[in-house]
Amino acid sequence: MKKVILNLILALLAASCLFYSCGKYANGGDKYAGSIQIKGSDTIVNLIQAWSENFVEQHPTYNVSVTGGGSGTGFASLINKTYDIAMSSREIEDKEESLAKKNNVNPVEFKVGLDGLAVLVNKNNPVDKLTIEQLRDIFMAKITNWKEVGGKDLKIVILSRESNSGTHMFFKECVLRNIDKNAKDEFSVHSLMMSSSQAIYDEIVQNPNALGYVGMGFVNDGVKALSIAIDGKSNYIYPNTENVLKGLYPISRPLYLYTNGEPSGVIKMFIDYALSDEGQKVVLETDFVPIKSLY
Amino acid sequence: MRKTLDFIVEKIIFICGIVSIIFVILIFSFLFKEGLSFFKDFGVLKFIGGHFWYPSSDPASFGVLPLIVGSVFVTIGACAIAVPIGVMTALFISEIVPKGIRDILKSLVELMAAIPSVVIGFIGMITLVPLVKSIFNLPTGLTAFSGSIMLAFMAIPTIVTISEDAIRSVPWQYKQGALALGATKWQTLRRIILKAAMPGIIAAVMLGIGRVIGETMAVMMITGNAAHIPHSIFEPVRTMTATIAAEMGETVRGGMHYKSLFAIGLVLFLITFLINFIADLFLGKNKNT
Repeated sequence: MKKVILNLILALLAASCLFYSCGKYANGGDKYAGSIQIKGSDTIVNLIQAWSENFVEQHPTYNVSVTGGGSGTGFASLINKTYDIAMSSREIEDKEESLAKKNNVNPVEFKVGLDGLAVLVNKNNPVDKLTIEQLRDIFMAKITNWKEVGGKDLKIVILSRESNSGTHMFFKECVLRNIDKNAKDEFSVHSLMMSSSQAIYDEIVQNPNALGYVGMGFVNDGVKALSIAIDGKSNYIYPNTENVLKGLYPISRPLYLYTNGEPSGVIKMFIDYALSDEGQKVVLETDFVPIKSLY
Repeated sequence: MRKTLDFIVEKIIFICGIVSIIFVILIFSFLFKEGLSFFKDFGVLKFIGGHFWYPSSDPASFGVLPLIVGSVFVTIGACAIAVPIGVMTALFISEIVPKGIRDILKSLVELMAAIPSVVIGFIGMITLVPLVKSIFNLPTGLTAFSGSIMLAFMAIPTIVTISEDAIRSVPWQYKQGALALGATKWQTLRRIILKAAMPGIIAAVMLGIGRVIGETMAVMMITGNAAHIPHSIFEPVRTMTATIAAEMGETVRGGMHYKSLFAIGLVLFLITFLINFIADLFLGKNKNT
């Protein structure tokens, strides 16, 4: 009896697999109409991956492959014409542009989203603004008590993302190293490495000592996002989409796609999708900031 | 016909037995290959003695000492909680509790072992971490101490089940003899039963330690993962297992960071090997006397 049931289950499984693959082919046809190769920044690889999955779902005849490796390698492969699109978290450098011209490649830039990091504290923390310099001192454990920056007499608990996260890298470059490429500054060894932005958020909600950074998508009523100024003389800017869009908020940067020449065919379709409301919604879902207001 | 069947079954059992040994050897040699090539490039002393773990910086620093100390802190803490509770629970279940309740109690304790570690970690994060913070007035509840408590929960079922078996397998004549000589129940329990069951209890404790030091998910969620050398158990620590789990996803295959994680695995393996070895020594010693 048991054997019969087992066989039945196996047969059902096999049949469903068959039907499933049949269905897939019926929808999609059996040959690919084209493919896109994308390479570049690890920061936005998740976003582009999400786009490409949705795009392929809508256009099953196309194939999109996404590889990380860093913005620099993305540009290099665009210039070598081995990839169709370079994804980047910085603008193309003059050196790369002249190299491209030499290779008969004409890089065209598309701003597809923004990366902005909010610095969060507990709701009961009286501190609501910091300068980049203060932030830097806090994250390097030169300032260890909230009273040194105008708060209560509490020890500061630093929350950081794991070292493999793009968010970690960006925060380090932007705040700790102040965009100086040769700087060697590191997060203090006392910083708690959290495995996700959600974990940082959860700890800040219940810990008045804590301070952490997350993608702007995480800011809501449960926590307080700090206004940040570049130095003591400039204005403190609150991290919202508007301020990031205007380029006022200091811990933010635009995210780009670069194509070789004005895009056409499937590459144009992909870029159009990325810039559409639907594509920009994915930007929001992957913790980045859309380039336009969605509402 | 019966002989061939016999032959086939015997061979199948042989293959099953040998396969697990082959797997162990393969895992061992893979660990060694990747770990040793890291030591060649980076240096053993710089790895074991280094105080800073900045694996993705340039130049990277792979100092594993804070991670080793972190693992040791959490493990010692968990044992300090789990061993007394576990052994006493085992004594209670096997010697004191009425028969009817005994089976219920034992299966409940065994049910504890079935809770997945991620669930334990999650419960700890929500309930224990804020509690530890407010009770001890700490800057954060994500500490080695919180990790120890949750890990103790995971080690207790192992310790209870195996020590209980050991205690129950003490010949009943020992107990009867002691009682007949006028020893009280407590004296019998302490001097006769515990002593006779000691090899089994030590084995249980060692298996518990093995479970604690290798546990990953729960410690990653509760201990805070700060790679510094802690001064007390109430500070955040980063364990070796959590480091491997947190960082392996994004390392470049064959790169230094990737190999360094294998080197951590090798260190972890050597530590568990040492624990098992000590346990075996104890067991052997007890059998001879």
